[in-house]
Amino acid sequence: MIADVILIVAGALFVGVYVSWRAGRIDRLHRRVDMARIALDLTLLRRSTVAQELATSGLLDPATSLLLAGAVHGTRGGQRPRDLAESDLTRALRAAFSQPDFRASLSGKEGADELLAEVEEAAHQVYVARKFYNDLAAVTREARNRPLARLLHLSGHAKAPEFFEMDDSLIADQPATAPVAEQPGGPAFGHTMERSGHD
Amino acid sequence: MACPYSWDVPGGVQQHIRDLAEALIDEGHEVSVISPADDDTPLPPYVVGAGRAVPVPYNGSVARLSFGFLSVSRVRRWLNQGGFDVLHVHEPGVPSLSLLACWVASGPIVATVHTAIPRSRVLLMTYPVLRTALEKINGRIAVSEAARTTLVEHIGGDAVVIPNGVATHRYLKAEPLPGWPGPGGAIGFLGRLDEPRKGLAVLLRAFEILGPDRPGLRLLVAGRAVDPEEVLYRVPAGLRDRVVLLGQVSEEDKIRVLHSVDVFCSPNTGGESFGIVTAEAMAAGLPVVASDIDAFRQVLRGGEAGELFAAGDASDLARAAGRLLDDKARRAELSTAALAAVARYDWSVVARDVLRVYETVMLGRTGVAVQDTGGFP
Repeated sequence: MIADVILIVAGALFVGVYVSWRAGRIDRLHRRVDMARIALDLTLLRRSTVAQELATSGLLDPATSLLLAGAVHGTRGGQRPRDLAESDLTRALRAAFSQPDFRASLSGKEGADELLAEVEEAAHQVYVARKFYNDLAAVTREARNRPLARLLHLSGHAKAPEFFEMDDSLIADQPATAPVAEQPGGPAFGHTMERSGHD
Repeated sequence: MACPYSWDVPGGVQQHIRDLAEALIDEGHEVSVISPADDDTPLPPYVVGAGRAVPVPYNGSVARLSFGFLSVSRVRRWLNQGGFDVLHVHEPGVPSLSLLACWVASGPIVATVHTAIPRSRVLLMTYPVLRTALEKINGRIAVSEAARTTLVEHIGGDAVVIPNGVATHRYLKAEPLPGWPGPGGAIGFLGRLDEPRKGLAVLLRAFEILGPDRPGLRLLVAGRAVDPEEVLYRVPAGLRDRVVLLGQVSEEDKIRVLHSVDVFCSPNTGGESFGIVTAEAMAAGLPVVASDIDAFRQVLRGGEAGELFAAGDASDLARAAGRLLDDKARRAELSTAALAAVARYDWSVVARDVLRVYETVMLGRTGVAVQDTGGFP
């Protein structure tokens, strides 16, 4: 009799601890996903800032400048959905960077190498931050969708994180994600992205 | 002339440039057009391809444009070899060849603005970069009042308005669609079906009045609509099979549509600044019934070259159209009058207005030269 009571109490305690551990994990995941989203927003903002700097630097011809500035403006206007506007900026940057001998045409101009490196770095950070965010979003969604979590409503009022899909590849040889890019990728840029893409 | 958009994609700007270039060549002038174009596109002899245009996101959609330092050097080579007296760029606010041509050239430069776009922060942002290019423009042309406002706000200075011309010779002859106009007569309409100011609703009400008394009369309607079915449901069931909707038609089919009807109707209730469609119908030698708004009153010479009816008044339209359908002699008379009246809007006349702008900017100058642009190849 006493053994039974002990067993039941122990069982209830175990279940309670397990459930609160699951709930805590889901809560932690949500907080991490929120942080990852903020980090992603920051990298997008940084990319758009350096792209604008490039557009107004006077290093490029006026047509490329205007094109980039238009794409940068699109990411702020709020007239187009964020993912589409950011993909447009990627495509505008790719169109500029994938011109044959793009780098050679600018080398020797003051500040050009630094600025181009900064744009590449910012674009790469977007790639990393987005991958990080989407991975976390996937784990969080999976944790929320477990039967126990759904039954006991362990995620509370927190919304399920949405995946952030966009074209963030600055190399032009990925037709699946980059339907508009038809020119061969600039070797320097492609190399950078390939090397750092496998971190 | 510099064209910003790919020559192989149909568009209003490209058509304008083609018609203007051909009209100028007919007058005995030498014209060379530089335009983005695919290498395998057959180009008219006066067009120089600047290489394949790159599809890029522009203004929320994808446009095929030419930009970058390779395009700069192609434009430079074209200017160097051409030895032009005047450079005419179209849509210099678009990131493509026209802007680049302005940037590398010096001398007499004329710019035509086609589209009205609100002053944008993009232009403000890049203003220092663009200023060197846009400040060199000496003569400004806008194709409409709205485009003129845009141009004055963006580039500054004043602009002359020279509307699009009509390439009247293209409209003169065409094969009617099979079975049209038919023994009972036919009325034609071109334009957006669900844009209230185009006035299709007025024409449909007039058809309700005309239809029952004229058993063979049909209506041929070409133009876009979000929901064409909804348009048909406005017609009483007994008349519905006599209203034929074609949807949007190609340039060639548009001319065939015009030759498939006995009377053309422009029932617009407003919002037209010129009425290019009406002018095209006149160029096809069609008797026109049009609402008495200012634009049509002007094109139809106050009613000499076509019948006018009180705008928005379906019974007045039915009366005017009915009288025309019944009177073959009157139709022939209006056809001749329309052809004579529309000659004023022919590209050959419009090209002369453009030439006058060229002459103004060329005064005291030697011709177009290529300028150094700070280290660009």
